[in-house]
Amino acid sequence: MKGLLIISGLGILAMLAEIFKFKKLLLPIVLLGIVAAYAFNYFEWANNLGLHYFDNMISFDNKAIAFSGIILATAFFWFILANDYFEEETNLVDHFALVLFALVGALMLTAFTNMTTLFLGIEIMSIPMYVLAASKKNDMRSNEAGFKYLIMGSFASAFLLFGIALIYGASGSFDILKIREYIGAHSTDMPMFFYVGVVMMLVAMCFKVSAAPFHFWAPDVYEGSPTLITALMSTVVKTAAFAAFMRLFLITFGEISEVWTGILAAVVALSLIIANFSAAMQNSVKRMLAYSSISHAGFMLMVIMANVRSNMSLDAIIYYSLAYSIGSITSFGILYSVTKKGNENISAFNGLGKRNPFLGICMTIAMLSLAGIPITAGFFAKYFVFTTVMGTHYQWLLILAVITSAVGAYYYLKIIIAMYFKEQEEETPVDMEGLNKFVVILTTVLTIVIGLAPGMVAEMFKF
Amino acid sequence: MLTVLLVGFPLLAALLVFFTRGTAARSLAMAASVIEFVISLIALYIFKHNPDSPLLSFNCVWVQSLGIHFSIALDGLSILMVLLTTFLVPLIILSSYSNNYSNSHNFYGLILIMQMALVGVFVAQDGFLFYVFWELALIPVYFICLMWGGENRGAITFKFFVYTLFGSLFMLVGFVYLYNHTNVDGLKSWAIQDLYNAGKSLNANQQGILFWLIFIAFAIKMPIFPFHTWQPDTYVNAPTQGTMLLSGIMLKMGTFGVIKWLLPIVPLGLEKWGGTAIGLSVIGIVYASCIAIVQKDFKRLIAYSSIAHVGLISAGILSANQQGIQGAIMQMLAHGVNVVGLFFIADILLQHTGTREIEKLGGIRSMNGNFAVLFLIVLLGAVALPLTNGFVGEFLLINGVFQYSGIIAAFAGLTIILGAVYMLRSYQTIMLGERKDSNITFGPLAGTEKAVLIIICVVVILFGVYPKPLNDIAEEATRTILMVMK
Repeated sequence: MKGLLIISGLGILAMLAEIFKFKKLLLPIVLLGIVAAYAFNYFEWANNLGLHYFDNMISFDNKAIAFSGIILATAFFWFILANDYFEEETNLVDHFALVLFALVGALMLTAFTNMTTLFLGIEIMSIPMYVLAASKKNDMRSNEAGFKYLIMGSFASAFLLFGIALIYGASGSFDILKIREYIGAHSTDMPMFFYVGVVMMLVAMCFKVSAAPFHFWAPDVYEGSPTLITALMSTVVKTAAFAAFMRLFLITFGEISEVWTGILAAVVALSLIIANFSAAMQNSVKRMLAYSSISHAGFMLMVIMANVRSNMSLDAIIYYSLAYSIGSITSFGILYSVTKKGNENISAFNGLGKRNPFLGICMTIAMLSLAGIPITAGFFAKYFVFTTVMGTHYQWLLILAVITSAVGAYYYLKIIIAMYFKEQEEETPVDMEGLNKFVVILTTVLTIVIGLAPGMVAEMFKF
Repeated sequence: MLTVLLVGFPLLAALLVFFTRGTAARSLAMAASVIEFVISLIALYIFKHNPDSPLLSFNCVWVQSLGIHFSIALDGLSILMVLLTTFLVPLIILSSYSNNYSNSHNFYGLILIMQMALVGVFVAQDGFLFYVFWELALIPVYFICLMWGGENRGAITFKFFVYTLFGSLFMLVGFVYLYNHTNVDGLKSWAIQDLYNAGKSLNANQQGILFWLIFIAFAIKMPIFPFHTWQPDTYVNAPTQGTMLLSGIMLKMGTFGVIKWLLPIVPLGLEKWGGTAIGLSVIGIVYASCIAIVQKDFKRLIAYSSIAHVGLISAGILSANQQGIQGAIMQMLAHGVNVVGLFFIADILLQHTGTREIEKLGGIRSMNGNFAVLFLIVLLGAVALPLTNGFVGEFLLINGVFQYSGIIAAFAGLTIILGAVYMLRSYQTIMLGERKDSNITFGPLAGTEKAVLIIICVVVILFGVYPKPLNDIAEEATRTILMVMK
């Protein structure tokens, strides 16, 4: 909880920076603040407090803290990556504040215990993202991205709100535990519109995690937004949306899983197929990564769909989010450096293995991790999903997952092949600024370390 | 502990090599691989005297909550495979002395990492660890082929990678399925023995599905017909050393996997589907032999001959009797050595004459008699003439398949006849007769080239005349496997 307050405070502070002229100090302050938030988080974890706040609106239990930890860590790396991005912008502080407020929403999403907090969290996170997506004011595509994101996002929010209203109508409460109790007590005589509400919420959440067939906004928005904002969307926003998804469906609606698992299975299957085959056909790296993020959403949803309320499935989602987030940070960080000249196609990576061997290796490891090859983190992530789903009767999805994973390897390899096989016309070395290099090294090492010792992350939930 | 050294040493050496530059990298890699060979000889010595020596096994927890252990040990089958690996890698490195690769430190570093993964595959006693090494072995060889391969390497290596990854993922699903059925005092386990027990507790249908899930990964790696389409292009386009690694050692991962990680797990599945799989293997033998006969490129010819040989090995293993499996083990060793020799000869031909096309060459014997003799010895090993190393394995294999079914053995036996046809004919065209093109010259062999070929020839004859030491270990290992299957 203190972490959430600190980040909110930082957001307000960032807005004051212009007036009180400490713009230069802002980045160090924000980084320190995130570290402090992380530390407080850790403290609450170690003491296993799990307190409820604000009349039971929000509760930072261990699950929430684990997800906030991932979000804060990713945000920390992201801010370092973004340091020179902010220097170029004239209205630096607005961007800082927007990102920080999005972060506040993300943290709320990990810890909500009330439907209103869920809705608030989603809105607080999304609205700054709409603005940030359109933040390249003179770029047509960036404007388009922001606009599209806003329309689609609002549409999903409306669904969510309608779903909440219907559920409230049936159960008479916004509190997720009370709703759970209601389901337990009225398992046979719930009104039809309650189920409609559940399905509407499911649709809205699928929008937010960009799972097929609700994914159409993602490629355009990812492509149009500034690269670093895309990085933020595919890591922080995604992790938060998944934390919320899991909290909502495994805790609140866990007892009526037969209503939604079937739909979710179809969503997973579509996400895996559409995303992987579409990604294989992309030339733009950002679009490809957008589709790749849809396919990873499919994988994570598989665990939720398995509806196994065990430590194993919790670990699976948390590990997956972490592996995916750090892999994405590495690849977007490198993508940012490589595409500075404006070419965002795969050809921008041509000959990177020679132009900057170090970045080539880091990118290779990130790609192998996203493709799920041992000894990277992505492999264990995939493995956890396989073991969780193996115990359910959705084993056919595993076969589909295997086939689409092989397709997935295709487009990740395309980048590797471009780096080591294709020749660059002009042999310009790609430079990376010191701090960014630090992030890329750190996330690459982390990818290998948690890939070699998954026990560090995977054994968090020992009850 | 010795086994840990076997796995860890190449990795350490590789890290060193990555930071060395120029020819020092090559010498360092060479020295490391020779030391590794010595270590494996020591392991063999210990194994001969005390197979249960604690020096040969190592076990520590990797991921507690998932029952994953870093558990490695040397048994009869493993030690033979490890010896094959550690014997071939120095030869492969030595064979590269006449090539000049750019960024050679990366090249040699990757070869050593590859060696680490291969040894790991052969010694793993934990299903998960096996899978990790299995996948790990793919990455260095992929980069070797991608960075130093031939003309169309991008598309070809890509096909190779995706194809094998595809198979491996099915194997992972199979293993996870198996793992979910293990039960050791209420906990799940990845230990090989527990996986064996879990596999046997399943009914015939489940075992049948499991058989295909796992077998497909091995079949792609070997490769068995109809999963072989990646192989000829990859072998031809890879740099010679990459081809040697792929055909000499990596192919054996597949056959090794079938012996150790498939047969004892799904004995009922084998009963149900073994016939089909043997059928595919035998189709592969005939099919690949026929295609080999009409090949123009010598390297491609060897690639197809390799499919034929591995088909016979696979048929022998799947017939699941003493002779079949023992023969397969012997043939894996022999084929590993011979095919490395043959690919090296193909490379020498290309280096000296500028072409590998059989029709363009001719009369090389008159230009370099020594080379002709060495080539002939390797070739005879490959066609399994008695008193060469190929003979023992091939004889046992045909014997084993015959016990399974006489008709299938008759077809499998075609490999010997057809093998002799394409091998001897290509030798005849390349080495004998008149020079076809006066531009093509063939000077004396370089020192390293000679050394590699002589070592291979010595092994071909030595283990052809006196196969007993290896055969004893193979026999014992087969007996253990068959015991576990019952």
